[in-house]
Amino acid sequence: MSMSSETIVLPPSVSTRSAASRLGDLPMIPIIILAVIAFMAIFADVLAPHNPEVGALTARFKPPFWQTGGTMDHILGTDQLGRDVLSRLIFGARVSMVVGFTAVIFAGVVGTVLGILAGYLGGWADQVIMRITDAWLALPALTFAIFLAAIVGPSMWNIVIILGLVYWTRYARVVRGEVLSLKEREFVRLAIVAGCSKATIMRRHILPNVVNSAIVLATLMLGVVIVTEASLSFLGVGVPPPKPAWGLMLSDGKQGLMVGYWWLTVLPGCCIMLMVLSANLLGDWLRVKLDPQLRQL
Amino acid sequence: MAATPNRPLLEIDNLSTHYVSAQGTRVVRAVDDVSLRISAGETLGIVGESGSGKSTLALSILRVLPPAAQIVSGQMWFENEDLVRKTDTEMRHVRGKRIAMILQDPMASLNPLFTIGNQVGEPIRVHEGTRRAAAWRRACDLLKAVRIPSPETRVTQFPHEMSGGMRQRIVGAIGIACEPRLLIADEPTTSLDLTIQAQYLSLLRDLQREHGLALIFITHNLGIVAKMCDQLVVMYAGRVVESGPVSRIFNAPAHPYTKALLNSIPRMTDNRNRLTAIEGQPPDLSSLPRGCSFAARCPAAFDRCHKETPPEFNLEGGRTARCWLASVAMQSGAA
Amino acid sequence: MPVLEAAGLTKHFQARRGLFSGSRGVVRAVDDISFSIESGRTLGVVGESGCGKTTTAKLVLGLEEPTGGSIRFEGRDLQELDPAGRRHYRKSVQAVFQDPFASLSPRMRISDIIAEPLVTNETVTSGEVRRRVLELLDLVGLPERSADLFPHEFSGGQRQRIAIARALALSPKLVVLDEPVSALDVSIRAQILNLLRDLQDRLGLSYLFIAHDLAAVAHMSHTIVVMYLGKIVEVGDAQTLARAPKHPYTAALFSAALPSHPDERREEILLAGEVPSPLNPPSGCRFHPRCPQVMPVCGQQEPALAQVGDRFVACHLYDQARH
Ligand SMILES: Nc1ncnc2c1ncn2[C@@H]1O[C@H](COP(=O)(O)OP(=O)(O)OP(=O)(O)O)[C@@H](O)[C@H]1O
Ligand SMILES: Nc1ncnc2c1ncn2[C@@H]1O[C@H](COP(=O)(O)OP(=O)(O)OP(=O)(O)O)[C@@H](O)[C@H]1O
Ligand code: SF4
Ligand SMILES: [Mg+2]
Ligand SMILES: [Mg+2]
Repeated sequence: MSMSSETIVLPPSVSTRSAASRLGDLPMIPIIILAVIAFMAIFADVLAPHNPEVGALTARFKPPFWQTGGTMDHILGTDQLGRDVLSRLIFGARVSMVVGFTAVIFAGVVGTVLGILAGYLGGWADQVIMRITDAWLALPALTFAIFLAAIVGPSMWNIVIILGLVYWTRYARVVRGEVLSLKEREFVRLAIVAGCSKATIMRRHILPNVVNSAIVLATLMLGVVIVTEASLSFLGVGVPPPKPAWGLMLSDGKQGLMVGYWWLTVLPGCCIMLMVLSANLLGDWLRVKLDPQLRQL
Repeated sequence: MAATPNRPLLEIDNLSTHYVSAQGTRVVRAVDDVSLRISAGETLGIVGESGSGKSTLALSILRVLPPAAQIVSGQMWFENEDLVRKTDTEMRHVRGKRIAMILQDPMASLNPLFTIGNQVGEPIRVHEGTRRAAAWRRACDLLKAVRIPSPETRVTQFPHEMSGGMRQRIVGAIGIACEPRLLIADEPTTSLDLTIQAQYLSLLRDLQREHGLALIFITHNLGIVAKMCDQLVVMYAGRVVESGPVSRIFNAPAHPYTKALLNSIPRMTDNRNRLTAIEGQPPDLSSLPRGCSFAARCPAAFDRCHKETPPEFNLEGGRTARCWLASVAMQSGAA
Repeated sequence: MPVLEAAGLTKHFQARRGLFSGSRGVVRAVDDISFSIESGRTLGVVGESGCGKTTTAKLVLGLEEPTGGSIRFEGRDLQELDPAGRRHYRKSVQAVFQDPFASLSPRMRISDIIAEPLVTNETVTSGEVRRRVLELLDLVGLPERSADLFPHEFSGGQRQRIAIARALALSPKLVVLDEPVSALDVSIRAQILNLLRDLQDRLGLSYLFIAHDLAAVAHMSHTIVVMYLGKIVEVGDAQTLARAPKHPYTAALFSAALPSHPDERREEILLAGEVPSPLNPPSGCRFHPRCPQVMPVCGQQEPALAQVGDRFVACHLYDQARH
């Protein structure tokens, strides 16, 4: 019963084509590194040759196996308490991953929700949220985190909450900006004409369109969060010992650096660097990939 | 150095400009085997829908193409010099001085940080080495020429202090600053209101008459062509499908696309008759179908149209058409 | 009976304060306008950029609250409607906007986009929704397969068809069309204009049609309203108004419209100057600084919109004719 006589020819569905081409140029190196770290984190119990939290005081400061005095039993040597460095690195990956991801997601959810509310509702909601954000951003993140950590005391989950509280503002800023331009778009206006409530519009029309930016930001923030966690642990207000965290290992090993126990600092340092670098590379790639304007190029 | 009388001012022969994607896998034939000519003092309209290659053609003439684009073949004779073979330095002396261009968005064409006088005087300083004070005086005259009231105060102002129509006229003033032989206007009125557009078009026509300019007017509005142009080039999917004198094409279009386009436009005087719409949509330039690119939408298409690409047929009266039907008409006309 | 009547409709915006100036101006975007839309007919609105066309559309759609005046829908004042009446109004008035690329949520499937007004306003089973979506797609001439695709897979013209299908989901009485073809290719415009006309004939829709293209408005409309700086200057039957404008502004506007044929030579009325800012419109007749036929009275006294022969004109030239 079509009333227009013409037949409309649709292009062949492009979603399949673009999905394939989208996978084509994945940045392999950061993905492999992150996958290896995630693998270590998940299977730490199986992979680690020793208990990371107990060591034998008789076997302190053993160097990696290729140096004189090193043994194959402790491939990457032992620390000042005789704990196996490799095992601690493997379990440290778990701490970094858990802290990194949960903190980023926690901050992301809080920031995105508040950003959408501020941007879409405007008025006093916007004023209140953005003033808090401004004040928050004015505080030096690390000092603020130390301050919070000192109040609530060190524990892994406290660290997650602290990092989330410190970093949600970044999301709120970015998301609000995006919402401000989205809300002037005609599809939002048409949704109002269609009778949708504010909550529905925010959920159905705004949220899916800001999720991309939030994900990109999250990937970039992952690096920042891991470094902050390491810094907190290094300063002794992070993950409490004897739990193996990379930052904590760095901190414990720092006295040894002068007397040649380089593996206690260099190895966890490298792990942190690799993870942060991978997260940033992946974030950059995602940013270009998910931005339709940049994608055209 | 004027063009020899028997040779047009600008003559483009079989020009092709392609965009090649970064991986080299996708080739967009934005301008494909285009030929056209324009004589001094003439107005040539180029019409075609969005993406048919009009802007790319204009950029090709000035050789200011984006890096992805490339002139792959053809010649462009301008005052007996082949623009395709010129070096970049030589082209710099052509641009702005002998061929000037006006773009669609006047705000993007003006630098917000410099005064109007500075920007209008710039081409004069660059191309003629005129001193600043003299260039400034010339800028005043040019603003007067484009009918901007009290030019002496306007030259000291900044672009944001002008309205859209005034900005577009200032861009026009920059265009004619060095008294070019050819002015290319790429949709200069799309951002203007109707009454302002009418002012601007009459201004352009007067300027052209006074300076003996050749004008290439790019638009998708057939009304502007009807009002302004002597010659018309109709582009479809990167090719020239029809060209010739405007009134002849309007009276008896030779190409089905032109015919359909003319019929699909609502007329002020017509009452509520149904419009004759062109069904379907333009093809993707990176994967053009075999045969005539309009065949899929053409009401008169027959077998041959889907198989073979029609060449450009020369019809009587200086017209051309890229359509197999035109070849039939030509033969029966000759017989 | 008219579907919709606006009386003395007014919308003023507080102009944003400049960085340093403390003054606060008022933009009179729409200033005391009255019009009515008959059932099954099209009211066309023309005028230059910034004259208040979109603001009028937004007021009708309830996207902006009027500063003054009233809108009556099917004889009832919107201000006095109970919640049920408001819901009924919301369902009866839908819209299609200019930019087909911005009108569709990029991350929703076509079926969800078209069904949204339906699901939001009525309790329907998913089977019914699906059936209605396919029916609507068919109505606007799109294949059923479109339902499961995303907006980016369609061209501008096809997207505009989707936007129209969505607007029709609740079987509205009035559809506001704010420049529905301006963003489309020339060769596609006629398709959409034809579709809109066919739908009107079939479903008895009323349109509020806004466009810059005078020929398109003349073609689509039964009645035309000409606006200048937030005011209506002339209202009349589309054909007679286009052929013989009475207000000097209408005359200039229609003479500036481009010819459809090179041999068509019209008398050209070139207006001096540009549209003044609506922040401080000229005194008296708002058109008087540009009017070719201006008289001393024009700068002092604002002409009222009054009947002149077959239409309404707001101009002092016709003061005598009325008496
Ligand atoms: N930088 C680019 N890279 C690849 N393709 C391009 C690029 N610029 C333009 N194109 C393609 O070239 C074709 C011609 O574009 P062009 O801008 O010349 O069209 P146009 O006729 O000027 O259209 P409009 O009326 O919209 O201005 C289009 O199909 C476009 O997609
Ligand atoms: N939210 C707003 N705040 C302040 N001023 C506004 C607002 N919306 C519109 N205006 C002003 O109201 C006037 C009328 O705007 P409107 O969008 O209705 O014009 P229009 O006739 O639709 O123009 P166009 O043809 O360009 O779409 C303009 O001067 C505009 O700047
Ligand atoms: S009232 Fe006066 S100024 Fe206004 S349009 Fe009529 S003649 Fe012109
Ligand atoms: Mg262009
Ligand atoms: Mg508008």
